[in-house]
Amino acid sequence: MSTAMPYALEAIGISKYFAGVHALDNVSIKLVEGSFHALLGENGAGKSTLVKCIMGYYQPDEGQVLFGFHQQEISSPHQALMLGIGMVYQHFTLIPNMTVAENIIMSRPQLPAIINWKKEMAALRQRMEDMPFAVSLDAPVTALSAGEKQKVEIIKQLLLDTKVLILDEPTSVLTPTEADEVLGKIKELTRGNGLSVLLITHKFREVMNFADEVTVLRKGKYSGTEKVAGTNPHKLSEMMIGRELAESSIERTQSTEQTPLLSIRDLVVSNDHGADIIEGLRMDIRGGEIVGVAGVSGNGQRELMQVFSGQRDKQAGNILVHGEQYSATREEMRRFKLHCLPEEPLKNACVANMSVADNLVFRRFDRAPFAWRRWLIKRRKIRQHAQELIERFSIKTPGTDNPVGNLSGGNVQRTVLARELADDVSVLIVANPCFGLDFAAVEDIHKLIMKARNNGAAVLLISEDLDEILKLSDRLHVISDGKLVHESTPAEADLAMIGRCMAGHGVDHDNEY
Amino acid sequence: MYRLIESILIPVMALLLSLLVFSVFIMLSGSNALEVLATIYRGAFGSWFSWQNTLVRAAPLMLTALCTALPARIGLINIGGEGAMVVGGLCAAVVGISMNGMSPMVVMSAMVITGMLTAGCWVAMIGALKHYRNVNETISSLLLNYIAIAIMSFLILGPMRDPATLNNPSSFPIGEANMIGNIGESSIHWGLVFGLVVCIALWFLMRRTSFGFAVDMTGGNIRAAQISGLGVGKLIIITCFLAGAATGIAGVIEVAAVHGRANLSLNSGYGYAGILVAFLARHNPLAIIPVAILMGGIRASSGLLQRGFDLPDATTLVLQGIIFIVILASESLYGRIKWLRPMAVRHG
Repeated sequence: MSTAMPYALEAIGISKYFAGVHALDNVSIKLVEGSFHALLGENGAGKSTLVKCIMGYYQPDEGQVLFGFHQQEISSPHQALMLGIGMVYQHFTLIPNMTVAENIIMSRPQLPAIINWKKEMAALRQRMEDMPFAVSLDAPVTALSAGEKQKVEIIKQLLLDTKVLILDEPTSVLTPTEADEVLGKIKELTRGNGLSVLLITHKFREVMNFADEVTVLRKGKYSGTEKVAGTNPHKLSEMMIGRELAESSIERTQSTEQTPLLSIRDLVVSNDHGADIIEGLRMDIRGGEIVGVAGVSGNGQRELMQVFSGQRDKQAGNILVHGEQYSATREEMRRFKLHCLPEEPLKNACVANMSVADNLVFRRFDRAPFAWRRWLIKRRKIRQHAQELIERFSIKTPGTDNPVGNLSGGNVQRTVLARELADDVSVLIVANPCFGLDFAAVEDIHKLIMKARNNGAAVLLISEDLDEILKLSDRLHVISDGKLVHESTPAEADLAMIGRCMAGHGVDHDNEY
Repeated sequence: MYRLIESILIPVMALLLSLLVFSVFIMLSGSNALEVLATIYRGAFGSWFSWQNTLVRAAPLMLTALCTALPARIGLINIGGEGAMVVGGLCAAVVGISMNGMSPMVVMSAMVITGMLTAGCWVAMIGALKHYRNVNETISSLLLNYIAIAIMSFLILGPMRDPATLNNPSSFPIGEANMIGNIGESSIHWGLVFGLVVCIALWFLMRRTSFGFAVDMTGGNIRAAQISGLGVGKLIIITCFLAGAATGIAGVIEVAAVHGRANLSLNSGYGYAGILVAFLARHNPLAIIPVAILMGGIRASSGLLQRGFDLPDATTLVLQGIIFIVILASESLYGRIKWLRPMAVRHG
């Protein structure tokens, strides 16, 4: 074996089948030692499958993984860890009620049966000085913001003497500022310490700003590797979806409606611990208008959504639709044509073990034509209805009777969209509709939301993605600490001001250490 | 289709495995396992006589199984069948005794209705505590069993006791005329018909109506039910009420068809055995019928085992326990048997 090869990790000719489906077809990726390599592709392009093959979760059906110049059978994630391949997942793997230090120490692959905490803590504190981020070691994980948790995840990997760090969409839960900070620091590490990084993403901005090289996958096939310096987003998007993305051109009609359709009056909502997280929120939304609520997560957005979706009771205040009280009953939702698109649709709006067809009639199963006299369910009608929606919203499913939990994230989201947006909508409450979805899907969803608005719906868009809010909203608010602290329109938006308001009271806990 | 095969194959395999484990137990206690199993079969299904014994025992099991099966469909693990049966039987006895002398048809109906209402409210209380106060339903239902049994002991050994009953303390009789009799010439009482009808009716309610659909939604993901505007609290309470009402009938049968009075046999383990039946039937009211007959058979063979092999009375309870553990463990197999599963759809 030649030692001249500068690759930290190579995966050559990897193929993986899942019962007849070609998830990966002869894909190769070469990670240059000490470089920042991006793996770009749409949802379902095979990015996660490829990485799982590298990490030993799956065994590839063909091809081989070379690590540190040797062909290496990696049969389990544990073995990958021992070899120095670490992975940071899209979702946190920290144990919430333990402290940061406990989480970090616990993740070591070979832990003595009795832990000498004093010694471990001293060693940990010393090593933390070399770490790119400062976090408070004694803080319980529950007290950390999403950005801090992600930093802990990364530190956890670095402390294991990781040589190859794989990041699976690590920024999907972070604000843009947090994302830039985290990725920037990681990039610095690749320069000095010989760390090699593989970043799974579908955000061009991250590729262009941080990566040295980028490998693009399309529908399970390898579609090319480029030096980032010699490429541009247009070229990448072509490689990624096979055609250049048209510049976003979502038609927006002007509404002359003046009276508010949806009014929130002095709303008070408490969080899971009984503390008031929303205190006296007031807002008016006219028909044919999208009002965006921007903010860092954890400032009351989730609780606001839950009041509309009937998953949480309000403490005080009113929600009025057409001047009438709304209290999230089925009857009111139907009468007011109020629809909700919550974040994490599988968790919040679907029953995973019920079929796609059943999930598509949640709002209407007790009405004609799906129920005779609102009582007897007609399965045939439900299937027919599902067939129509599956075609109209291009939901990829093996059949109407397949459990919705078996679908991919994007298709679960489409199922919920089909259910909520196929009918007439007059009030629409949306929360982070594009979390973890690919370009084409995001574009589709934005079009659907805009269509509802153009048809006269009042839309409340709660999102942590400021770009999304600036793109879709007619007016926007910034929420901080449960209060609306800033109002503006996208045209007049002062980004610096919005940024300050979002950060508002969100004091960073970083500097305790 | 594969789901149906799976839901038959896994319980059958689990049953076979439990018989195997049970055989080891029998061999350790010094008897011939094959002979014992053959005797259990004879005692359960070997003759018309044993069939009658089996069906008499299956009837209350069908009803008490519903007490666990229905709440399970809406996401609650309720083990309060024993208490609900006691409450239903006891209250029916009170009504029966105090209405003695009125037209039997009226008394019988009043007893059934009372049993259903009281046991229904008893279990509905468990659902309400869970939904509104977040009290763990498994714990509260278990504790309510003890309360129900204690109340029954107090009444039967105290104010309601018929001084004529010496060995087996019982309440005053409800009167021969008010008893629910047997089907034709057999020794099977009409309770079996109650069991069958209630199981079929509740299966229809759960599988074919919008109510059952809403229950499945709530049990599958309460958040999805809420976002569709369903009144989740109401659904939980109604489902628990129905479960309790069905079990109440089992208590009424014990009083009005078997003993003619309320006595401590109301608390003879039908409620707990019902939990086993419900899990074995995977909370499907229709599947409860054959499973209850199977379990009824095992219970019916108990006497024969005692006489034939000098095995202790608890032997059939051991078998029940083994089956329960194996069935619970087999729950984790659903969706995991590779050669049964069609294409995996999730990837990428």
